[in-house]
Amino acid sequence: MSGPRTLFEKVWESHVVRAGVDDAPSVLYVDLHLVHEVTSPQAFTVLRERGLKVRRPDRTVATMDHSTPTLPVGGRLNVIDPQAAKQLDALARSCAEHGIPLYGMGDDRRGIVHVIGPELGRTQPGMTIVCGDSHTSTHGAFGALAFGIGTSEVGHVLATQCLLQSRPKTMEVRIDGTLRPGVTAKDIILAVIAKIGVGGGTGHVIEYRGEAIRALDMEGRMTVCNMSIEAGARAGMIAPDMTTFAWLAGREQAPSGDAWRDAMTRWSELVTDAGATFDRSVTLNASEIAPMITWGTNPGMAIPVDGHVPAASPVPDSANERAWAYMGLEPGQQLLGQRVDVVFVGSCTNGRIDDLRAAAGVMKGRRVAAHTRMLVVPGSQSVKREAEREGLADIFRAAGAEWRESGCSMCIAMNGDTVASGQYAVSTSNRNFEGRQGKGARTLLASPLTAAASAIAGAVADPRSLL
Amino acid sequence: MSQPWAPLSSHAVLVARDDIDTDQIIPARFLTTTTRSGLGTHLFADWRYEADGAPSAVFELNAPASIGAQILVGGRNFGCGSSREHAPWALNDWGFRAVIASSFADIFRSNAHKNGVLTIALDAAVLQRAQDALRAYPSARITVDLAAQTVALADGTTASFTIDAFSKRCLLEGLDELGALLAELPAIEAWEAACAR
Repeated sequence: MSGPRTLFEKVWESHVVRAGVDDAPSVLYVDLHLVHEVTSPQAFTVLRERGLKVRRPDRTVATMDHSTPTLPVGGRLNVIDPQAAKQLDALARSCAEHGIPLYGMGDDRRGIVHVIGPELGRTQPGMTIVCGDSHTSTHGAFGALAFGIGTSEVGHVLATQCLLQSRPKTMEVRIDGTLRPGVTAKDIILAVIAKIGVGGGTGHVIEYRGEAIRALDMEGRMTVCNMSIEAGARAGMIAPDMTTFAWLAGREQAPSGDAWRDAMTRWSELVTDAGATFDRSVTLNASEIAPMITWGTNPGMAIPVDGHVPAASPVPDSANERAWAYMGLEPGQQLLGQRVDVVFVGSCTNGRIDDLRAAAGVMKGRRVAAHTRMLVVPGSQSVKREAEREGLADIFRAAGAEWRESGCSMCIAMNGDTVASGQYAVSTSNRNFEGRQGKGARTLLASPLTAAASAIAGAVADPRSLL
Repeated sequence: MSQPWAPLSSHAVLVARDDIDTDQIIPARFLTTTTRSGLGTHLFADWRYEADGAPSAVFELNAPASIGAQILVGGRNFGCGSSREHAPWALNDWGFRAVIASSFADIFRSNAHKNGVLTIALDAAVLQRAQDALRAYPSARITVDLAAQTVALADGTTASFTIDAFSKRCLLEGLDELGALLAELPAIEAWEAACAR
């Protein structure tokens, strides 16, 4: 009999094909492999060179999201960059060759890989899920063990459906209490990263627990798990509950009928047992979290939206000095009122229907500031249709925002959507690294509420003033 | 398939910054490639080139002394951010065979080792010494002995480092992980049958 176990341990142990020993990692089975155009071509090349087939195309799902344009021209999405077009063609050919289902250009179920996995019902509790993308941690919101892998490993999974993995450590992040109005899942995760640092979770799988996590809807839970990697964590997980089951019920590829009832019984056991221990534990109180915004060049450089950029300290801090200079900010200054040139609402972090509802709620009857450009990019074509049906798209357009087709867009700036050098962008995405949204672009990460409030003000604004 | 990791003794490039992320190592706009080769040109592109494409006069990689260096010395949490294997491909293509830092992001470290780029994590105080030594003796050689897990720094002192036994074996023997996994296929098939997957 094994003793009390964490959620992570239960999922890990149920996928070990061969347990690791001193000089060899475990062979870990992968239930679901998500594939996109940017990190897969070289993996398919290796398969071809070695005469290998994709072992389980039924456990593989592909889409196109990173390099795809979001602005239709004459009713069509034309990929202008010939290199990107070649990469998209390569994925389409590889999927056809190996029998992998592809939600490609023109498919009404296409979208950002971490949005469509859950949306289709492919992402399920207790699964192991991998993708050549660090934000695969998103799927942990369903109680799956989901993590990003490199292209070599994409090849390993295509060929064998397994990975060689060393067992990570566990870390509990407990958020007690209740969030205040205007404070969202995005603010929770930015507060967590600010507290533990961008390397604070390295080598660990985080389980998010506590009253404030249980109170989040699935979109919020996905936002939290999505940015686990920004704290360096291997993955983030949240135990499935009735919120999870209600969200998944009836999804296209979720179990149905008797299989659904069996699955619910199985999934209900995916909780950390009383008495199970974590290697590390961190606690925050939700009532003390304010709307957060980043001021610097990594996601750990986050402060309350009405707070101050760190002041100069007697001991020189080269990271802060580089960040102040890159961001064009003064040590100790307030961010409220800082001019904003671009607002981006979208990405695998905050491009889901609930995120768009939150932003639209702030935008309704208001206008984007004259000097500010606002781009709203749904996370998937399905999110786009739903937003149009609910009238959210009309609210954004009436406010003067641009309403686009789905994709990674300005989060990664490799698809035509970029922020110009020197411009300030309040973005609901996940990374504020130098040049992330375009060479010289200055990114301030925030929630959809803060982004919308800032679009209206044309400057960094506190969403609580508009609620 | 990679080559066995050969003994390494080389001068080094010092980029003494913490949290060097993969967007700096290779910006996303260069990820539309479908091959692994040729990415060295874009290594650290946004730090290395000015807006007009001219080499930056201040970025360390552009210093004449950096030519031919096979070791990069960074700061804490090297390689954080995305899972792009293009980062070690770019480092490798430029000529780097080892990166020394006080810690590495998990995915970067895994990707680097699969491409013959050794990650050497030193204690923070030892890394500080390694950086100081390089500032004092910029052209001095650093010697890495992977089998012994030691690195002789630019000031002549030696430090030891830890590496997991499997990564070490894969690097030293040029072992191919895919080959190791393919050898597990009978076990994988039996497991699938037993677990109805």
